[in-house]
This record gives sequence, structure tokens and C-alpha cells, in this order.
Amino acid sequence: MSRTVYDLIGLAAGVAFILALKGLSHPKTARRGNLIGAFGAALATLVVFFYANPGSSLPLNNLGWILGAMLIGLVIGVPAARKVQMTQMPQLVALFNGVGGGAAALVAIVEYLHLGTEATTADVIFTVFTVIVGCVSFSGSIITFLKLQELMTTRPVIFPAGRFIIAATLASVIVVGGWVVTALGTTPLLVLAGLSLLFGVLFVLPVGGADVPIVISLLNAFTGLTVAASGYVLDSVLLIIAGTLVGASGTILTRLMAEAMGRSLFGTLFGAFTAKPQEASGSGEERPVRSGSPDDVAILLNYARRVVIVPGFGLAVAQAQHTVRELADMMIAKGIDVAYGIHPVAGRMPGHMNVLLAEANVPYEQLAEMDEVNPTFGQTDVAIVIGANDVVNPAAQTSPGCPIYGMPILEVNQAANIIFLKRSMRPGFAGIENELLYDPKTMLLFGDAKSSLTKVVSALKAL
Amino acid sequence: MEPIAIVSIFVLAVFVGFEVVSKVSSTLHTPLMSGANAIHGVILVGAIIVADHSSTDLELGLSVAAIILATINMVGGFVVTDRMLEMFKGNKK
Repeated sequence: MSRTVYDLIGLAAGVAFILALKGLSHPKTARRGNLIGAFGAALATLVVFFYANPGSSLPLNNLGWILGAMLIGLVIGVPAARKVQMTQMPQLVALFNGVGGGAAALVAIVEYLHLGTEATTADVIFTVFTVIVGCVSFSGSIITFLKLQELMTTRPVIFPAGRFIIAATLASVIVVGGWVVTALGTTPLLVLAGLSLLFGVLFVLPVGGADVPIVISLLNAFTGLTVAASGYVLDSVLLIIAGTLVGASGTILTRLMAEAMGRSLFGTLFGAFTAKPQEASGSGEERPVRSGSPDDVAILLNYARRVVIVPGFGLAVAQAQHTVRELADMMIAKGIDVAYGIHPVAGRMPGHMNVLLAEANVPYEQLAEMDEVNPTFGQTDVAIVIGANDVVNPAAQTSPGCPIYGMPILEVNQAANIIFLKRSMRPGFAGIENELLYDPKTMLLFGDAKSSLTKVVSALKAL
Repeated sequence: MEPIAIVSIFVLAVFVGFEVVSKVSSTLHTPLMSGANAIHGVILVGAIIVADHSSTDLELGLSVAAIILATINMVGGFVVTDRMLEMFKGNKK
């Protein structure tokens, strides 16, 4: 295959990626967009087997190794993607992003070893960039995975002199990067990779649980840029186009997400430099809460005219989507006006809750976005908050200085009655106490969301 | 390739990237992120190229690791995005 044909097919794959991103931006074309992207990627992968790079011949050297490695990747990747619970999907995306960053860093290292003294200064600079950013993306993504999987604390991890340690690590990454460019050796490059991995860990540790999606999106954009930089070193137009597209669209997406959560991007990333360890307000002191029985809840619902259901991650964990739909259908049959109030970041990521409710066949028309539902809480008799906490916490509006201050919330405190279905008094993902739980018009129903809802459904049937 | 050609491609791709996702509802943020994530799995192409010209065991070992990771990124990414979007389709009937 000639270089021209090879490049033309690469261009076609690049166009497929543009169409894929375009399609993914609209609900109707999203699935087709993803398939177009997959087609482009498959085409690009296939064609590389039929083009011999300068200095090599067909079939490719090490063909057995290449195919074997791809097979291993398939055997790991496909079942993981197919079997993952939808509730755990955000951490899987984080992990996929991390391995992509790791792959880019490895590619850069191999190419560096291969070029040896033939590498131009530009090649070395791009290699240094890829190794740094790819390693940061890899180790940072692993930390976001651990946070989302709750294998480690979801609270910001802030250690003494943290900001100096982070700044010093970053400075040494840059210095060693310069060392690689001037000294040209394997050792400096490996030191650089190690320091960059460390920096990725330190960079993500101080980020609070609620901000993790923004960081995943940012690391995703980072990985895109490393792919573009590898494209320069490997002389591949396709990699430059694909990597740059992801880098640019990922940056915009990160900003959009931060806006949807009412966070400044700067504050999210550098919050650790200014944040003080939070004083645990009200800890130790037992405050009275009003807890009710499923029957109390059923009676309250039976005489309501308008009910808004606010689903949160707890609902998804309890797999209570189907039971909540049953309850909603029953209330609608009784002539009660029912809507689901969906916070943009309900769940673990923007749009995550829509995916989860769609899985339970909740009609699309009943899902109301935050801007639609907020003005209606004044006329709402009962707001049922199921396994959500941070997204209804009035502290976001009233206490400057708390980690979620400024995040738009669902204003359930405007409703006449509030019912919280909770497993315990444990604070939400962001680790902040919710004053609303102590409000006199709040009733708490403790227990697993699914079994609580089942009891409410049967109590409502009996009425 | 000429540096100026590379810079041109880069700058134009940045603007295309900005443009295609500038208006997207928050509902689609997660699938879009996941789809973009799958696209950078195309680093697999780079991993195959370096595996082809690996001349030492170290180079080959690292390339094989890169191919495994890149394949997971690409294939897993597209499959999980499709699963998410499949559910969106279901509730439009």
C-alpha cells in the first residue's frame, strides 16, 4: 500500500471521529455517532497492518506478538465493558482513560529507545511531553477509580505542607524533563516517568469526591493531547487529528461539566492549595431527627396532589429503580401529579442518573431537569429524596466556604413536606452535614432504599 | 512532514474539537466523555507501529504492554458507550 493511500484512509478515520463527536452531542444521533467512531478506529487499526513503515517490510515484524497482545486486550476490555453495573460505569471510564494514557506513555518511551541518537530535539521534546502527561493521566485515573469505587476515602486528602510537596514534585518533573532533553539517556527518562506518576497521584488526592468527574474529564483531554504528541513523533496524521480532537473537545466538556456543577475549574483543581481541613460540624452531638414508618409515608403521599421524586446514587446502589417506578405509577393512578427531579450531577457523573432511570424504563416525559423542577417546589406537597444528599443540601446556597458552596441544588426545602429515604445519618459523597435532615418538615425513613420503597408501596396499596 | 503542515493540522483540529461539542446537554456529558475516551484509544495504531520496529526485548515488551492497554481503552470504551446509549434509545418509544 502506498503512503498516499495509507494517509487517505487515515484521513477518512479522522473524519469519522469528527462525525462521532458531532453525533454524540445530540440525543437522537448519539448511538450512531459512537458506532461511526468505532468504525473509524477499526479502519485505522486494520490499515496499519497493510502499510510497511520506512525501513520495515510486510507482514509486520513481531506480528504474532501484536495480534496476541490485541487478543489479551479484547479478552480484558470487552467483558469489563459488557458486564459492569451501570452504577459502576464512571470508574470504568476513568480506568479506560488511565490505560490509554499509560499506553501513550509507553509508546513514547519505546520510540525514544528506538530512535536513540537519531532523535531530533523536537522528537525528544514531544516524547518528554507524552511521558509526563501520559503518566499523570495514568496514575491520576487510578486514584479517581479508587475514589469512585470507594476503595479509599472520597474526601479531599490534604496532608501537611501538601501544596509545597505538590509544587516541588511539579518543579522536579520539569527539571528532569529538561535533563532528558539535554542529556539524552534512558535513566533520565525513567526518572521522569516515575516522578510524573507520583505527581498524578498527588494532583488528584486533594480533589473531593463530588469533583472527581471533572478531573476524569480533564485527564481524558490530557490523554488526547499525548496521543497527538505521539502522532508527531511517529509521523502519523491520524494520531495528530484524533488526539487533538479529543484534547480540544475534552477541554470544552470539562468546562461545561464544571459549569453544570457550579464549580470554577480553577477552584476544583487548585482547591487543595487553599482548602483547610473541614471542621466536622455537629459531630459528636446527637441532634433529634424525625423518623417515620412506611405507613406514615404512605399516608402523606396518599393525600398529596403533587409529588417530586429526587433520586440519588443511593437509589442506584439499592437497585431500587424498578420499585420507585412502581410507586410512581401507583401515585399517578391515584391522580397525583408525579415528576422526577434530576440534578445534572445526580449519581456520580453528569447524566448518570438519566442512564440509570432509563434502564428501569421510566418514561422520558416524567424526568424533569433541575431548571424545570426548581420553580415548582413551592407548589409541591411532598418531595421524596431517595439516596441523595449533596444535591439537595441547602449548605450549597447558605454556607460560603463549604466544599459544595455555589453548586446549584434541587430546592426541595421549598416543598411542604420532605421525606428522606436513607440508610443512615452518614453524610453524602462530598462528606458534608445536611441541615435539611433536622428540618421540622422533614421525615426520615431509614433502611435500604429498595426494601423501604417496597414497604411504602404495600402500605399505599392497603389505604 | 513539514512542521508548518503539522501546526496547521493541529490548530484546525483544535477548532473543530471546540466546535463539535460546544452545545451539548448535561444528559449527554457522560456518554460524550466516554466516547471521546474511546477515540483516543486509537493510540493502538501507534503501539502497533512501535511494536513493528522494536529491535530489543525491552522495546518489544513495552510495546506489547502498550498494545494491551490501548486495545482495552479503544474496544472497552466503544462498548461501554454503546451500552449507555442503548438505554437512552429504549425510553424514547
